[in-house]
Amino acid sequence: MAVILDALVQFCQMAVVLAFAPLLAGYVRKLKALLVGRRGPPLLQPYRDLLRLLRKEVVLAHSASWVFRVTPYLVFAATWVAAALVPTFATGLLFSYAADMIAIVALLGSARFMLALAGLDVGTSFGGIGSSREMMIASLAEPAMLMVVFTLSLLAGSTQLSSIAEALQGPGIGLRVSLALALVALVMVAIAENARIPVDNPATHLELTMVHEAMILEYSGRHLALIEAASFVKLLLYVSVIGCVFAPWGIAASGDGIAAYLAGLAAYVGKLALAGFLLAVFETAIAKMRVFRVSDFLGAALMLGVLAALLRFVSRVT
Amino acid sequence: MIGPLALDVAHLFAGGLVLVSVMLLYQDRMTGLINTFALHALVVSFSVAWQAFIQDAPHLYITAAIALVVKAAVIPLALHRIVVRLGIHRTIEPTVGIGLTMLAAIGLIALSIMVMLPITAQAGALAREDLSFALSVILLGLLMMISRRNAVSQVVGFMSIENGLILAATGAKGMPLVVEISVAFSILVALIVIGIFLFRIRERFETVDIHLLHEHRGEQP
Amino acid sequence: MALEALLWCTAALLGAGIGALAMRRRAGAGVAVYGISLGAALVGLVAAGVSLLAPGFPGAALTLPLGLPWLGAHFRLDALSAFFLLVINLGGVGASLFGLGYGRHEEAPARVLPFFPAFLGGMNLVLVAADAFTFLFAWELMSLSSWALVMAHHRRPGNAAAGYLYLLMASFGTLALLLAFGLLAGPSGGYGFEAMRQAPPSAALGGVVLVLALIGAGSKAGLVPLHVWLPLAHPAAPSHVSALMSGVMTKVAIYGFVRIVFDLLGPPAWWWGAVVPLLGGITAAMGVLYALMQSDLKRLLAYSTVENVGIVFIGLGLALAFEANGMTGAAALALTAALLHVFNHSLFKSLLFFGAGAVLGSTGERDMERLGGLIHRMPRTAFAFLIGSAAISALPPFNGFVSEWLTFQAILLSPALPQWLLKFLVPAVGALLALSAALAAACFVKAFGITFLGRPRSEAARDAVETDPWSLAVMLGLAALCLLAGILPGYFIDALAPVLQALTGASLPRQEQLDWLTIVPIAQSRSSYNGLLLFFFIALAAGLAAEVIHRWASAAARRSAAWDCGFPDASPATQYSAGSFSQPIRRVFGSVVFRARDEVQIPPPGDARAARLDVRMRDVPWEALYAPLARLVGFAAEQLNRLQFLTIRGYLTLVFGTLVALLMVLAVWQ
Repeated sequence: MAVILDALVQFCQMAVVLAFAPLLAGYVRKLKALLVGRRGPPLLQPYRDLLRLLRKEVVLAHSASWVFRVTPYLVFAATWVAAALVPTFATGLLFSYAADMIAIVALLGSARFMLALAGLDVGTSFGGIGSSREMMIASLAEPAMLMVVFTLSLLAGSTQLSSIAEALQGPGIGLRVSLALALVALVMVAIAENARIPVDNPATHLELTMVHEAMILEYSGRHLALIEAASFVKLLLYVSVIGCVFAPWGIAASGDGIAAYLAGLAAYVGKLALAGFLLAVFETAIAKMRVFRVSDFLGAALMLGVLAALLRFVSRVT
Repeated sequence: MIGPLALDVAHLFAGGLVLVSVMLLYQDRMTGLINTFALHALVVSFSVAWQAFIQDAPHLYITAAIALVVKAAVIPLALHRIVVRLGIHRTIEPTVGIGLTMLAAIGLIALSIMVMLPITAQAGALAREDLSFALSVILLGLLMMISRRNAVSQVVGFMSIENGLILAATGAKGMPLVVEISVAFSILVALIVIGIFLFRIRERFETVDIHLLHEHRGEQP
Repeated sequence: MALEALLWCTAALLGAGIGALAMRRRAGAGVAVYGISLGAALVGLVAAGVSLLAPGFPGAALTLPLGLPWLGAHFRLDALSAFFLLVINLGGVGASLFGLGYGRHEEAPARVLPFFPAFLGGMNLVLVAADAFTFLFAWELMSLSSWALVMAHHRRPGNAAAGYLYLLMASFGTLALLLAFGLLAGPSGGYGFEAMRQAPPSAALGGVVLVLALIGAGSKAGLVPLHVWLPLAHPAAPSHVSALMSGVMTKVAIYGFVRIVFDLLGPPAWWWGAVVPLLGGITAAMGVLYALMQSDLKRLLAYSTVENVGIVFIGLGLALAFEANGMTGAAALALTAALLHVFNHSLFKSLLFFGAGAVLGSTGERDMERLGGLIHRMPRTAFAFLIGSAAISALPPFNGFVSEWLTFQAILLSPALPQWLLKFLVPAVGALLALSAALAAACFVKAFGITFLGRPRSEAARDAVETDPWSLAVMLGLAALCLLAGILPGYFIDALAPVLQALTGASLPRQEQLDWLTIVPIAQSRSSYNGLLLFFFIALAAGLAAEVIHRWASAAARRSAAWDCGFPDASPATQYSAGSFSQPIRRVFGSVVFRARDEVQIPPPGDARAARLDVRMRDVPWEALYAPLARLVGFAAEQLNRLQFLTIRGYLTLVFGTLVALLMVLAVWQ
């Protein structure tokens, strides 16, 4: 019985992730427009965009191969599976024993691998720009993320995200310097991985300033819809990770009952709203960096992650 | 009785100061550098105010107020004006790249932990780590001074060393106010002197880049 | 029983080598040689597999009256040897099968056929040798036969220099191993491994033996800074031999290191666990950075081998650190991670080298700047190469991820280590490991993307054809094994248990009883991974998305010209090349590590000359270590050369001087 309830929670979690991801993106877009004095697109516009794209015909270049056609499905699947393993309104997810945080990082890495290959597939220069810059950003963002994972798992005694969330809710962990450093590093990595200002502009039309958009320049129709959906889910994933690790209040424990789950869902929606607001303010207040300043930015994130992990190794209180 | 949460908050301020010192090393523009230094002074003043609260030592509130007014408001404003008058409010040239500077920063933090933890074995764990953070801030300030070619960056580095010393002194209980007033005044004097020198250097040589000034050192063969 | 079978296989291989020497001009010589090698490797594989997986295998020993008269030749098959024999012979099976197809392209079969089985036989012999003389004899046999294979195409530019450097480094490594065995044998001179096991050396001598083993075995495996021969020699050999050298011979070197340090040396000191992971971490990071700068496909793969050897040494070093502190469970985990990576790497590196060989055979090109678009011309090779690239980039659900995950779990156990230096070193090594994993993914996006994707950059790439069925069968078989080892890692971990029990005295919990084929290296509450479920979910999610969208949205597709922002260019030169793909990474990392400088000269508008890009890089280990050493040796040789040209009076003066000096020594001594 408990297993069935856990399975139900897991499937609800996967549905919640898919349902809320375009809403978060639309909310951030609307807020950014309001902050600069425009009216902005409607809140539900991303859903309409996805539906429109899904119904359109795909146009493939002559030099595109099966890698180009298969990538959107693989990217979407890998990102969705990774997001399904992150606790949103409840911990104790049934499949959290299949993959821990290191596996989540590696799943996002697989998605990026396939997307970079798809950028090179058609044989245009813009795809190459996107792929090479994306791999450079990843070569620094992924180690920084892994060092944050090390810090968290050294604090919680486990690499499974559900267990980390439960441990950080508990009384043993207070305010710690390594957690603060890990938070700063994780936010920097999240900005870089989700192609947000100051690393990459998600709304740019200038190809030479693109990273993520340049890789997917040749995509159209349902392929583009899947890739857009995957990037929405990835943003939701990072916000959920930051929420469940650094603001774990309100997350229901496993087997708590329907009322606790609903309260957890309400708390989660509140966290999404707050995170979206902060992201919109941050993106509006800051300008985009030069491409080669991104390596300094992520190098600093890596250093902070290493410092946080080092403090876990040598200190007895931090 | 000082509760564990209060000590954690103090520790967090110390760690935050280390973080802001690393941010100082990351800056590549003059205005960003001065603003980050204002943040540095702000964190120090909050840290000292918190120490005043938990140690029940009211004279530290005055130290915090001095740090807030002088270092977080007056000196950054003065530096902003100097920078605009000298026309050097552009990028700062680091001698080695920012990546290598970051690597050196983390090495210095590891070094200060490695040095401080064994020699303060009698003290409580939080005090030991606060001291290692304070030493890190001092070392990072020194790194800032040697890894930048610009005289204003060196002034900022010097003042961040001073902040690290304040952190160390307030962390260990009891620092008399008279010491702090004299230290603050000496800093202010040093700043005025350096400001005057900067103006004279700039008028004479049209630049404050130390690298170029080196050629005019006396007694060169 | 198994040991005798293995020795007979080795004899058969050596016999085949000698036979091929005699009948090399005959038509079916290639098929015969590769067939015999295949058979011998299969028998070896089965024998090793049976020995490793049979419960409670006691080990077999044998002494033959060959070799030195007072020593004889000792052979022993224990769990460690059985595991490495499994790896070696799996590689041998693959290479022989590949050679059956690829060998038809061979332009100088007389230089390759006699030495290929000798190479396989030498490697097998190293793994069962149980005394120093047999070990070193087999080691040298392995080195010399692979040298002969490297020199097979000696007229090609660069190959002769590569062979010379290889011979130098191999001889230097054997010297180090000889000294190590001499120190282990001690004053009593017991050269058998059993005698060495009974009499472990003192702590100081143990440290010296460790350094000598690192130099000797490490140079063969490819540890920085002793790696310099590897990227020159591995690509110079024919492709199936390159696969054997990278995927298998480096593993024999790792076996040598494990045998000497974990088995013969006795209890480790804690500083061994500081030096070895540090060397491993530096090797991993440097190897992958070198690989990213290459545009020659085989040289890129050779540098990637250096990176993976670094990862293995990180695991081995962590195991030493844990052993020195008595944490046997953690040591078992670290050693499992290292040995599993040994197995995984031999699988995917062989696959990748076979793919490069297929490309070389089809197009005649190794330079990625002249390839491209091969996925349309060689679809199955491209598919296998893609699986290999995904596996080596440590992407789930393939096998590379499992061994890296286990290594990370071992790193996460290390805050319990008491020594201060280790506490500072292990997070740094962890960061280096994470960095090299991310850079490896970038490297293989480049390798697969530039070679197989995009548009063809030359006539040869445009006219390529698929390779022969033998090669394809081998590549697809290895790709399937990569997926299998990633989905069912529990069985492989359990198979390693007897090895760990023998070396560390502990082993991981039995994995096969866990639900759903999860692996739990330490405890369920701590961490677990289930490759099968992950693979299943990704496939399910992708299939569901495809089905739903095709059914209810749209399934239409149309071919047209590329969008390219409205500026499509028909010339394939406008797409990214290997050098341009790695330019951001070259600028971020290469400018520090290799002093890489890009210089672009663009003529002013209106001038019709071509623009020019100059990339300057410096090889730091070469310039810092080897070039001064070469200059020193040259200088010393110059000075000593004067002795060749003395007059008769000069020689007589030398004789007289030596005699007088010896007499003076005699006088003073008395």
